[in-house]
Amino acid sequence: MLETGRIFAMISLLVCWVAVYYFIDRARKGDVPTLRRIPGLDALDEAIGRSTEMGKPVFYSPGRGNLTTSSAAATIAALDILGHVALSTAKYKCDIVVGISDPAVYPLAEEIVRTSYRTANVGDMFKPEMVRFLSPDQFAFASSCLGIMSREKVGAAVMMGFWQAESLLLAEGSAQVGAISIAGCDRLFQIPFFVAACDYTIIGEELLAGGAYLSGDPIQSGSLAGQDLVKLFAVVLLVVGVVARTAGSDYFVKLLAK
Amino acid sequence: MRRSLPLTITSFVGFWIVFDYFVKIDFVRTWTVNFTNWVIIVAAFALGLGAVNLLRIHGKRVTERRPGWMESSVLLVALVYMTVTGIFLGTSSEAFLFAFTNLQQPLSAAMFSLLVFFIASASFRAFRARSIEAAVLLISGVILMLGRAPIGEVIWTKFPDIADWIMQVPNLAGNRGIMIGAAIGIVSVAMRVLLGIDRGYMGQE
Repeated sequence: MLETGRIFAMISLLVCWVAVYYFIDRARKGDVPTLRRIPGLDALDEAIGRSTEMGKPVFYSPGRGNLTTSSAAATIAALDILGHVALSTAKYKCDIVVGISDPAVYPLAEEIVRTSYRTANVGDMFKPEMVRFLSPDQFAFASSCLGIMSREKVGAAVMMGFWQAESLLLAEGSAQVGAISIAGCDRLFQIPFFVAACDYTIIGEELLAGGAYLSGDPIQSGSLAGQDLVKLFAVVLLVVGVVARTAGSDYFVKLLAK
Repeated sequence: MRRSLPLTITSFVGFWIVFDYFVKIDFVRTWTVNFTNWVIIVAAFALGLGAVNLLRIHGKRVTERRPGWMESSVLLVALVYMTVTGIFLGTSSEAFLFAFTNLQQPLSAAMFSLLVFFIASASFRAFRARSIEAAVLLISGVILMLGRAPIGEVIWTKFPDIADWIMQVPNLAGNRGIMIGAAIGIVSVAMRVLLGIDRGYMGQE
């Protein structure tokens, strides 16, 4: 009944979920963990404030990921962060331009921005042009984003989610128009580009924790403490695996393949 | 109801697909395939919505003669041309391929080629040794460039070995740390979304 080769993965997934759920439950009961500061996420308000003072719009893109493949988690995390950014721009009465690449992400992003403006009691400020479907094609999307940054002279550019080769085009494009740039990505090949070209970079798991971090919701914060416990579990597995392999045992390798 | 129904559907389908990944049950597999096919249908409708958004924004710009209306009109003409030729003549028709190979491909290649200049300007800014971290980045970057370029080996034969060591030891260790952290983060995001704890993707309320 169970798929061979996936039993260990299933047990690991269950361990992860139990640990995360345990800490969520603890947070529900009032034991809320303290989160370390993430400068890139803290800088979002600064960037939006600066744009507001300069009378320039904020550019936001949740990347080129979609909701059905391995890029889904990064895209959902980016949409989470979009909610917070849109709420801030609504509160500051600052314009936001959201560039979308995946068609399925477009209605979600539009609803997020609309809801955020409504929540800030400035629903009439929301314009459908704020959320723009650009193109699913990689470089057509990149050139559209560069065009928006250049024509509309954005004051801040926030790029979160799943990115490929277009990452540097956008990051460098935002720097060239003098915008504060904040980027977040969980792909190893793109992180160096963002680190080199952006003012703030959110790396790997920080992006995925972004929604929980910005929400200030104690229950979501609890899930982050659960993640730390799972990381400890991963480190223990690594050490045991290294010791076992060094000692000449392949038991651990076989266990992982089960 | 407006939020609870989508959340219930998300949780049900999400847990179903996770369950299907680990077990071999025909009934479960059949419905997973059905759910996946439905995604394609929903995505097709979403693409239609995206096209409407493009028409609305650029159509308004053209009719109101706002700045950039010329570019918007080019976009609208291209959108209509590719849609009409693609649907009525097919994506392997001469009319469709003409625009694809003579416009779309060269324009994409031109955008891609811009990367080389952007890499140069980004690395110029990143490699200014303003802090210890930036200095480490500068030194390791220079060593890597010398290790990978033939001239490096001419200057000192050890440069390629040092570059390999940087890539295979500190760089790989950092990469794996980020990968493990991100993988666990993905599992945690999945759990928060499937249990309806994380609803940020549905908008702030």
